[in-house]
Amino acid sequence: MQLEYISAFNVVLGVISRFWPVWIALAIVLGASFVYKKKLGLYGQLFDSGVGIVGVGICLFWLFTAIFASTISPFDPLAQVPVMKDALPGAIEPTSKLIYYFGGDKLARDVFSRMVFGSQIVLIIAPAATGFALMVGITLGLPAGYYGGRIDTFLSFLANLVLAFPVILLFYLLVTPGIMDTPIPYAMAGLFFLFPIIFFSVLFWTRYKNRPDRLYILLGLTLVIGGWIYAGLVFDADPLKIVHIDPNQLNIFVAVVFASSPGVFRIVRGLTMDIKTRDYVAAAQTRGESPWYIMLWEILPNARGPLIVDACLRIGYTTILLGTLGYFGLGLAPESPDWGTAIKDASRLLRSFIHPALPPTIALMSFVLGLNLLADSLREQSMKD
Amino acid sequence: MLSFILRRLGTMALTMLCLTLIVFFLINLNPNLKKLAISQTEMHTSAEQLEDWLVNHGYRQNFFVRYGQWLGVLPKQPVTDPATGKPTQRFAFCNDPVEPTFSGVLQGDFGCSTKFKTTVASKLFPALSATGILMLCVLAVMVPISLLIGILAGMREGSRTDRTLSVASIASTATPEYVSGVIFTVIFASWLGWLNGSAASASQGITFYNFTLPVMTLAIYGIGYIARMTRASMVEVMTQQYIRTARLKGLSFGSVVVKHALRNALIAPFTVIMLQFPWLLTGVVIVEVMFRYQGFGYTLVEAAGNNDIDLLLGCSLVSVFIVLITQLISDVGYAFLNPRIRVQ
Repeated sequence: MQLEYISAFNVVLGVISRFWPVWIALAIVLGASFVYKKKLGLYGQLFDSGVGIVGVGICLFWLFTAIFASTISPFDPLAQVPVMKDALPGAIEPTSKLIYYFGGDKLARDVFSRMVFGSQIVLIIAPAATGFALMVGITLGLPAGYYGGRIDTFLSFLANLVLAFPVILLFYLLVTPGIMDTPIPYAMAGLFFLFPIIFFSVLFWTRYKNRPDRLYILLGLTLVIGGWIYAGLVFDADPLKIVHIDPNQLNIFVAVVFASSPGVFRIVRGLTMDIKTRDYVAAAQTRGESPWYIMLWEILPNARGPLIVDACLRIGYTTILLGTLGYFGLGLAPESPDWGTAIKDASRLLRSFIHPALPPTIALMSFVLGLNLLADSLREQSMKD
Repeated sequence: MLSFILRRLGTMALTMLCLTLIVFFLINLNPNLKKLAISQTEMHTSAEQLEDWLVNHGYRQNFFVRYGQWLGVLPKQPVTDPATGKPTQRFAFCNDPVEPTFSGVLQGDFGCSTKFKTTVASKLFPALSATGILMLCVLAVMVPISLLIGILAGMREGSRTDRTLSVASIASTATPEYVSGVIFTVIFASWLGWLNGSAASASQGITFYNFTLPVMTLAIYGIGYIARMTRASMVEVMTQQYIRTARLKGLSFGSVVVKHALRNALIAPFTVIMLQFPWLLTGVVIVEVMFRYQGFGYTLVEAAGNNDIDLLLGCSLVSVFIVLITQLISDVGYAFLNPRIRVQ
């Protein structure tokens, strides 16, 4: 059967119009940010430079794409329409008269819809894994830098051990199908996911030790919410069935957190060693504050600038890592629409068709670029003060 | 200085011991051994036969005994043939000993590759030399270009050249190998047809036609990072007093940059280039798989995909060694290059 096509110009117009919820949301958020720029602190200052605006714009674009993915994409990312196998961009699907804007891949799925849905996977896993890595790195880096001595030697040795692993080897060892039969991923998840609970408990405890009314509420909330998410993620035993994660994804998640927390640890340790010589730390010590109060309420807030910049870069780096995992077919399901897997599938057929390869590569590149630009302009703005 | 190097070498040996133990543990997990047994025996073997195969080939000995044998501190025992009861070779294709001998990594015996049916050494070292050639080409392209970009950008901070080059280097750090590889192949191989999209023929002879794409792809990700570090270092040097003095003496801008600034600005990038090696290693794996170049990365993927225990251990040993030795070189080299840093 002969397929009908729309022209290249109509493809561009069609793609732009499919993204309508994103444009509306972007216009609202960016407009509001411009109006209240002065009141928004560091975030508002980003809008002073062109690089910052572009960075924020790209990141928000992908964020809204992930949120509105089901409205934007015309097709189900896993649905196969046999006539559309390897269809060129702009082909019209005969039954529904909807358009395959970027063509079809070798399994006759819509490349455009897959790219849009791929953003969901990346935008959930990458920031969440970075968040957990930050928690682990901060909780271990603060005491290592503050106390020094034996605890520092031991923790630094462990961090260097992980850092000496080439990332790719680590993934080949940790993200294999075989390892899912052993308790290793669950043990690691159980260990890593404890850190946020410890972090917030200590955070509230040190601050509100003498104000039981506040302390009990905050501690109770931390333990209930933390324990609930913990049970859901590690044991898949959430009583309400809301928090749930595939064993595959848990494995990837744990491996990514494992690979990136030593980096955070090193940065936090270095910053702590620098900040602990300041006068306000000495003042707190003289007041008789406990070491953990000083670490969490005096040192950490003053280390936030470099940490925010590092977090932005790290989300981008985690995105690249996820792509690498997808490219080697590790962990994620073979039909998963994430960008790395899509690039792997398409790059094998580059000799015959190039159109399925370009959308995921450009999507991945632009998202990481947006994060890097954001980090760069954040660094520039925080250096001004 | 000597005691510093000795101490570092000691830490390095300890790190390698810990890492190989971890790798040994992860590779020898039960599901992985099962997979190996399935791939090494005939189709449709029963669970008992698989277990027999593992026992007969010595995979069911105590974990630490096997690690000691691999390392070479315990003698490697030959296996007994169940039919005759006599000691035989574990794997006939790589001349395993018939009597108990100390033959491990410390003695230079890396073991036996079950996938390629040969010794690990005869597979691993040609692959390493192939990757070495690739690395040399990449460094020859990457280092001069990135230093040049960094110096040009950092020479006049905030100028239009600086802004353009900085955004370009940020863009290059946002392009991982599997993205740039695809884009370059589309442009240079599919559209223009100038270059070959596969480097499989490069093992026979390296030509511009089949080797440019892998080198370009690998270099582009590193260029941005090194260039940004060089720029930062250059910007810092350009604000120093001695640069101002040189300018006020009446030296031209060009000669100030070349004679006074460059030498001091290039110390930091040296460390960065050395620390790039671990990243290059990941890149090498991606690029060699993408362009089908038979080097170290390709071997690593084959070994991991087929659960080839000894080969994968050999690969890990090599890559961990490279990471640690480059860290050592960068520390020692930094102390040599920068007279202000002296090790106590």
